[in-house]
Amino acid sequence: MSSEATHVQQQTLTVPHETHVEIHHGHHHETFLTKYVFSQDHKTIAKQFLITGMFWALIGGLFSVIFRLQLGFPEAKFPWLEMLLGEWAKGGQLQAEAYYALVTMHGTVLVFFVLTAGLSGTFSNFLIPLQVGARDMASPFLNMLSYWFFFTASIVMLSSLFVQTGPFSGGWTAYPPLSALGEASPGSKVGMDLWLVSMALFVVSSLLGGLNYIATVLNMRTKGMSMTRLPLTIWAFFFTAVLGVLSFPVLLSGFILLIFDRHFGTSFYLSDIYINGQALPNEGGSAILYQHLFWFLGHPEVYIILLPAMGMASEILSVNSRKPIFGYMAMVGSLFAITILAFLVWAHHMFVTGLNPFLGAFFVLLTLLIAVPSAIKVFNWLTTLWKGNIRFTPAMLFAMGFVSLFISGGLTGIFLGNSSLDIHLHDTYFVIAHFHIVMGVASMFGMFAGIYHWYPKMYSRYLNNTLGYIHFWVTMIGAYLIFWPMHYEGLAGMPRRYYKFDIWESFKHFGTLNQFISIVSIIVFLAQILFLVNFFYSIWKGRKVTTQNPWGANTLEWTTPITPGHGNWSGEIPEVHRWAYDYGKDGKEFTTQTTPVSADESKH
Amino acid sequence: MAQAAAVNTKWWSGGKSPFNVEYGKLMMWYFLMSDAFTFGAFLISYGTVRMSSISWPDPNKVFNSFPLAGHANLPLVFVSLMTFILIVSSVTMVLAVHEGHHGNRKGVVKWMIWTIIGGFAFLGCQAWEWHHLHDQGAWWGRNPFANADGTVAGSNFANFFFTITGFHGFHVFSGVVINIIVTIMAWRGVFERRGHYLMIEKIGLYWHFVDLVWVFVFLFFYLV
Repeated sequence: MSSEATHVQQQTLTVPHETHVEIHHGHHHETFLTKYVFSQDHKTIAKQFLITGMFWALIGGLFSVIFRLQLGFPEAKFPWLEMLLGEWAKGGQLQAEAYYALVTMHGTVLVFFVLTAGLSGTFSNFLIPLQVGARDMASPFLNMLSYWFFFTASIVMLSSLFVQTGPFSGGWTAYPPLSALGEASPGSKVGMDLWLVSMALFVVSSLLGGLNYIATVLNMRTKGMSMTRLPLTIWAFFFTAVLGVLSFPVLLSGFILLIFDRHFGTSFYLSDIYINGQALPNEGGSAILYQHLFWFLGHPEVYIILLPAMGMASEILSVNSRKPIFGYMAMVGSLFAITILAFLVWAHHMFVTGLNPFLGAFFVLLTLLIAVPSAIKVFNWLTTLWKGNIRFTPAMLFAMGFVSLFISGGLTGIFLGNSSLDIHLHDTYFVIAHFHIVMGVASMFGMFAGIYHWYPKMYSRYLNNTLGYIHFWVTMIGAYLIFWPMHYEGLAGMPRRYYKFDIWESFKHFGTLNQFISIVSIIVFLAQILFLVNFFYSIWKGRKVTTQNPWGANTLEWTTPITPGHGNWSGEIPEVHRWAYDYGKDGKEFTTQTTPVSADESKH
Repeated sequence: MAQAAAVNTKWWSGGKSPFNVEYGKLMMWYFLMSDAFTFGAFLISYGTVRMSSISWPDPNKVFNSFPLAGHANLPLVFVSLMTFILIVSSVTMVLAVHEGHHGNRKGVVKWMIWTIIGGFAFLGCQAWEWHHLHDQGAWWGRNPFANADGTVAGSNFANFFFTITGFHGFHVFSGVVINIIVTIMAWRGVFERRGHYLMIEKIGLYWHFVDLVWVFVFLFFYLV
């Protein structure tokens, strides 16, 4: 590139900085609409993602409570359910079709709307500009669009709950032919169309967000913030964005083909099908093709959910152990390894769909390889804690809970990654237990840790600690009580997704265990309500933050004013002189990234 | 750690773009990578289904017409013309970017208009081809063309053809719309006031990408 272009380049880079400083000094008049609704401030957009995500978590969680009632108490009648769901719970008894719809929606909502948009949407937005030292995202406008695409996707998905034939009910993976043929089930009619439209909008939202995160991390780092000085949170968000940008488009292709199969008479996924005794004309398609396209996203999606939680846990564990993170470069390397491997293991979801066992062997190998970077991370977290001066804040407890859950859930992954064991375990409660612990609950814990830790930066107030401790212990113990027994049920062969089990002699003795799981899940759900109360109460009434750096952390977000305006720093953006993990160095409790390296400082 | 970072190459040490590009161009590159995966998924799906079929229609027999040429057997002549048009429009785009580097507003506008004409010409050709195939009875879910071995073919030949060339055509159409917008902006001197024509470079990247995708579509639908 010519020197002329370079010159132009630097001009364009500095322009936004100046404008934002101006905004901060109040030359720019903001209305309610531009400040809170169509805001381009990454901090506001983050809060929009968070609160929309919490709304969806409430809905998705409530769905699980309702279908757990069916599983725990298949004979009982709950008149209030009929009040809530009408036809779907005739006589107070959840109907089979409604049960399937609730299970499907629980999965879709939690995976995409809560743990993708709500988690990385919130914290990538909030932390990337603050921790790399930027005024805002690379493109604040596209960032705003990203939220509003997510919002529109939410509206469409929500509306599918209210159509007469009900929302989609064929499982969150939406396998054809069930998802392709409206005659196959009520949920596959207009509910499925709305599901597809909503998910397509969601992919656009995720793409706009991801492009912004990548461009911001690469291009907008402040002076001195080399890639190896980035906090691990930022590395995790960066890899998450890369995963999303490369895997969601494949899902979109799969969905477009599915839309054509549904409405335009094509046979991409359909062949040789009889429905209600009628032969369909479709010929030559492959249902397995959809599974490949779906899981090419579906598996990276697991890491899209998990990596942000890993990044935040790393940061929070280090800050609250008052110790440098153990093995920074190993942490970055293992994130990178996980990102690469995430694209190479998708067929382990398809071991029993008729996949060639020879091909399966390679997917077993690649799947088990993920245990290596995962173990590196776990040992680094444990060694970070080792002999640390641990402060048990609610955020720290949730971060430690995350590590615990990641270990427990990860170990069962080794079982499931073996194609021969999978013949017995696939589609049983063992799988449910595995992925809920390792990716569902663990990522929720990462999210909670993030919320408790960065709440003071978000709202300039603290969350209530006592409620936080209650929230943590009920959720932690509850999560294990819910999902641990499911391993036994799964090993005994109890299949997932079934409406009731009373016709099987072999699963009868699990009746009381199922009741127990259901009761605990209701208690855990109530604990989340407690958290929501804490969250919204504290926005207005919480204890005020009075110091700039309440946790004594090194990263840049704590050098901003207690309530940062649009543009984050009122003066110049600070320059960075060191990595983010100088805790307990040379007898100093912490040394912020903005502190210059002094002459007599010891080396690492 | 801090020491290791201090001796790092200056490009990555923060405060500037490591690739010396402005954020919009970086985002365009990543978007194109993402879009490549979308097209890749389509083409691999097509390959999978085609390879698992016993036989498939012969493109030389399907695509053998030319406008106003009656029933003359001209295999792949028309699609070669389409491909030529699209590649020429990529060349004119390069010239527009080149003029942009020299800050020549009139040159940019001239070559952008040629690019837009090329885009419309390609879309027109595609419309004719679709119309012609539709007249012959092909559409989503309908395929009148027999397999190369003479057996009756399923509909997936037509299904994939219309879906993938349609998705590509949609990209070309979007590109033409954006081209028109930036040409008007260039003509009104927006980029001149901005001091650079980076916007032309970014849309240029997209245009070349769409051209490149067509090369693969051409290869997999018409040549093999």
